[in-house]
Amino acid sequence: MEPTVSFFSGFAPKDLLFLGEAALRTMWISVLSISIGTLLGVVFGWILYEGKWAAALTVAPILDIFRSVPLIIQLVLFYNFAPIVGLNLDPFASGVVILTIYTASLVANVARGGIEAVEPPMRRAARSLGMSYWQDLRHVVLPIGGRAVFPAWVGVALGVMKDSALVSVLGYVELLKASQILITRTQEPFLILSIAGAFYFALSYPISRYAASLERKWAQ
Amino acid sequence: MFDYNFHWRPVMKSLPDLLEASLLTLQVAVLAMILGIIIGLCLALIRLNMRGPLRWIASTWVELARNTPALFQLFFFGFGLGAFGLHLSPYMIVLAGLTFNCAGYLAENFRGGFQAVPDTQIRASRSLGMNAWQAYTRIVIPQVFRIVYHPITNQMVWAVLMSSLGMLVGFRELSGETQFFASRTFRIFEYFAVTAVIYYVIVKLILGASRLLATRLFRY
Repeated sequence: MEPTVSFFSGFAPKDLLFLGEAALRTMWISVLSISIGTLLGVVFGWILYEGKWAAALTVAPILDIFRSVPLIIQLVLFYNFAPIVGLNLDPFASGVVILTIYTASLVANVARGGIEAVEPPMRRAARSLGMSYWQDLRHVVLPIGGRAVFPAWVGVALGVMKDSALVSVLGYVELLKASQILITRTQEPFLILSIAGAFYFALSYPISRYAASLERKWAQ
Repeated sequence: MFDYNFHWRPVMKSLPDLLEASLLTLQVAVLAMILGIIIGLCLALIRLNMRGPLRWIASTWVELARNTPALFQLFFFGFGLGAFGLHLSPYMIVLAGLTFNCAGYLAENFRGGFQAVPDTQIRASRSLGMNAWQAYTRIVIPQVFRIVYHPITNQMVWAVLMSSLGMLVGFRELSGETQFFASRTFRIFEYFAVTAVIYYVIVKLILGASRLLATRLFRY
């Protein structure tokens, strides 16, 4: 058979596998950072709520810095700062550290909002039923406040998942970096970027729709 | 532990250049916000009031902007359009990418704002003899503006932070300029530390100005 010149000359099916693996790496770094960051963020949120002025003077400004400096600058800064203090971190570890702190700084506000969403009379009622402070937090504040801010948390989590694309500046081969590598080789920017975009969209869109439908259901 | 000598002098020497570049950052962010507000308003009105292909385009725009990374969107305007022979300058890439992103996010905010104003108010103003244009500009828009004022401020901050991605498409705004100097002198940490401070100050200035403006605008 005569070899035909294909429109997608450089792009082979196995490249799709390469992109798929990169998408898995995007998911892995996101899941790791979001879960640790959320736990940290909830603790910070609780500190912000209970700490009053002490927390407003200490924890709040530090968290604020991570929200006011572009993530990409934070990543470059930390990646170049770690060796100064004798830490040898690979791009993945640096990415996870910064994404985790970044997530925590965003979740802290969400978590504080969640605690504030539970009205004091309800908490007093819980305490007067004989619940301890921690029981009140665990069995009253968590389910009610958590529900109130769940959509906001999903927004933060999806934002971090998308922002994980920035770890590519450190050289970690996640989805966007992988697509750049393929573009350099195949010179098919439109096709490959479309595939990468479709991957991101497929990760993000169903979750955001699900969260929106949950929000509607709970609002009733 | 610290066998690293910090060299701040080269950074201080290029500080005027960095500050000039931060004006470029502000310029592109403000332009993107102005365009984003206009387009976002159109997208929101189309999604609320129209059917057919126009509504489909608006929905696709919003969902794509919200569910893919901003960096991906920049790459798309940078390399993706190159496939069609459309080569934008780095400035235009960042402006187009930021505008696309901001318009998508703002459209959702505007939609929420419009939905928060009850239909009955429009009918009431129409029955008072106002035409549709008057009803919108005098009754609906002022109320919507109050609702979306805070999200717009947030989006402005995001636009400034997002413009730092310009460094990855060769745009010499604050981050790009920083990277340029850092790669010439190898004082990467020092340069990016100063840049982080500049970004922090810019963000604080925006938030402060917005708060000041809000007390003037929403006095009654």
